[in-house]
Amino acid sequence: MAAGGAQRPDPLVPIPVTVRRRRRESPDTWSLQLECAGPWPPSLPGQFNMLYAPGVGEAAISISGEPGRNGLLMHTIRSVGAVSRALGDLRPGQQLGLRGPFGVGWPVGEEAEGRDVLLVAGGLGLAPLRPALRALLDRRRSLGALALVYGTRGPPDLLFRGELARWRRDRRLQCHVTVDQAGPEWQGEIGVVTRLLPRLVFRPGNALALLCGPEIMMRRTAAALRDQGVPESAIFLSMERNMKCALGQCGRCQFGPSLICRDGPVLRYDQVRPLLVVREI
Amino acid sequence: MKKREEVRTLPEDGLERLIGLVRSRGYCLVGPTLRDGAIVYDEISAVSDLPAGWTDEQEAGRYRVKAREDAAAFGYNLGPHSWKRFLYPPRTQLWQTTPTGEATLQPVGAAARAVQELDFIGGSTTPDRPFAFLGVRACELSAVAIQDRVLMGGAFPDPHYQSRRESALFIAVNCSQAAATCFCVSMGTGPEVTGGFDIVLTELLEDGSPAYLARAGSAAGESLLAQLEHGPASPAELDRSRVQLDQTAGSMRRELAADEVRGLLAANLEHPRWDDVASRCLACTNCTMVCPTCFCSTVEDHTSLDGTATRTRSWDSCFSLDFSYVHGGSVRASTRARYRQWLTHKLSTWHDQFDSSGCVGCGRCIAWCPVGIDLTEEVRAIASEPGDRQETTS
Repeated sequence: MAAGGAQRPDPLVPIPVTVRRRRRESPDTWSLQLECAGPWPPSLPGQFNMLYAPGVGEAAISISGEPGRNGLLMHTIRSVGAVSRALGDLRPGQQLGLRGPFGVGWPVGEEAEGRDVLLVAGGLGLAPLRPALRALLDRRRSLGALALVYGTRGPPDLLFRGELARWRRDRRLQCHVTVDQAGPEWQGEIGVVTRLLPRLVFRPGNALALLCGPEIMMRRTAAALRDQGVPESAIFLSMERNMKCALGQCGRCQFGPSLICRDGPVLRYDQVRPLLVVREI
Repeated sequence: MKKREEVRTLPEDGLERLIGLVRSRGYCLVGPTLRDGAIVYDEISAVSDLPAGWTDEQEAGRYRVKAREDAAAFGYNLGPHSWKRFLYPPRTQLWQTTPTGEATLQPVGAAARAVQELDFIGGSTTPDRPFAFLGVRACELSAVAIQDRVLMGGAFPDPHYQSRRESALFIAVNCSQAAATCFCVSMGTGPEVTGGFDIVLTELLEDGSPAYLARAGSAAGESLLAQLEHGPASPAELDRSRVQLDQTAGSMRRELAADEVRGLLAANLEHPRWDDVASRCLACTNCTMVCPTCFCSTVEDHTSLDGTATRTRSWDSCFSLDFSYVHGGSVRASTRARYRQWLTHKLSTWHDQFDSSGCVGCGRCIAWCPVGIDLTEEVRAIASEPGDRQETTS
């Protein structure tokens, strides 16, 4: 479809993009680097695209890397269903469909200036936080403290290992990694991410916290940060719900008053806290 | 008084001529017609297609057509259809792929895989002919205005809806009676047509035969009425039309506290009434299908062996289990959660999302519920024993 010209492109129709690189992150998770025939539409850390696996279907996948010098956009996909399995199975040279970007991203622009920024990720939750961390490292001098706490089920599930090793060595960043369980070969921390929060050096009243992971992990982390003195309005969560259109029109991603695709996926804790404890909302 | 606002009396054959005029201008004219024991909306070409002499009786879980003692063409209330089936069709083709090149087997990765160029062709967003709707009621115009905000009021207007909506002509009719299920007065959406129309008609009966007053609401409506000979309505006719509307409004038996319900439901997400209604609700989705504002949808892909795929959007319902599926299961597994989602969305969170209620008081969900669940009664039950917003810490 010709999307150029004065004609507004149909937001329901994908554009074809091509897989250029594919990397195995963990036994069930793959990063795809994608090439677009034209320039990529501008995206912000925390936004997502709708990816269409040919012949299988479409799913909302957050952007794990914005196009850099090589012009490739990165998505990191865990194979949990038919669509994500088909996406993760795509090889360099193969094409897929893409719509987006959609949604509201992380507050890592001017809002972050001078703040002590904490990123807390659980499992695949590191994927949407990766572009946020990279953006924050780019402007490290304008920030106060900067910390990443990352937890996964086990050592094999750790994503972005090369980069993670660099982050752990980076003296500008307090980086803590933990796993739920591990064998004797694991030299690191064991336990949930909230156990590591007291080790972070930061000023709670000046903090900005970005959380992404399973809902229970985000709920516990947000409550722990609040108890440490971080204002509820300074805690942000990235939520996940069923999505079909990503335009705020299919009604599926409702979380009480919020449409996750339009008002989120990044939502402020003080605005969602009462609903986080309502079952089946 | 500007000419457009003037109420005029149509000549005896005025409605027939109006129908002919609209059709001659290339519109697909859709209006009420009697079919299979219900008054439904379909393409019409003459006054004889209208359900003259028929009305309907409605109650919770009940809808019956019944003969009238006069020949009123608009003497019914509302049927199961709403105009959304034309502006936002039950099924819409969104796109299809065409393989632009032959699929070739190329050695990529470990195994040979089919590499095929993808090309997405958007489905046609314009209807074959623009629609003209005859017999649109005040509550239905409010419903269209609500869907406007949902489907074309945001950052990504739905091009299918937008093109159908912007080319449509609305010939509205003031209600001359209310069904037992109606509650538009309390929602502030009727029974009088006050905006959003091209022409509004009032049907008055003279010895059992209908006569029509007409008023234009747009340049398109004015240009149609200008082609019919007519005079200004007499003071007596205007008087009767006012009395008729007042009687319609006064006869409405159901009501909903439109202002209070938003906060009431938001503060009662764990009210025991949700369990009570869930024990009656069949999660059949009827209420969402007949609702003129419900917009939820799903998409279906059909892929053929040559690799071409077609995506179709179709109406879906928050009452279906798949609606809230995320990997691992459905968020709203219980009927209790699904009914709560529907009602709180319709009456409460819709305000947060789209700056209005999602309910216009048409009562279709009450009549077409197979077990007769009445949302006004459910709201009253919650209001009679409201709980406090549960404040739980993490």
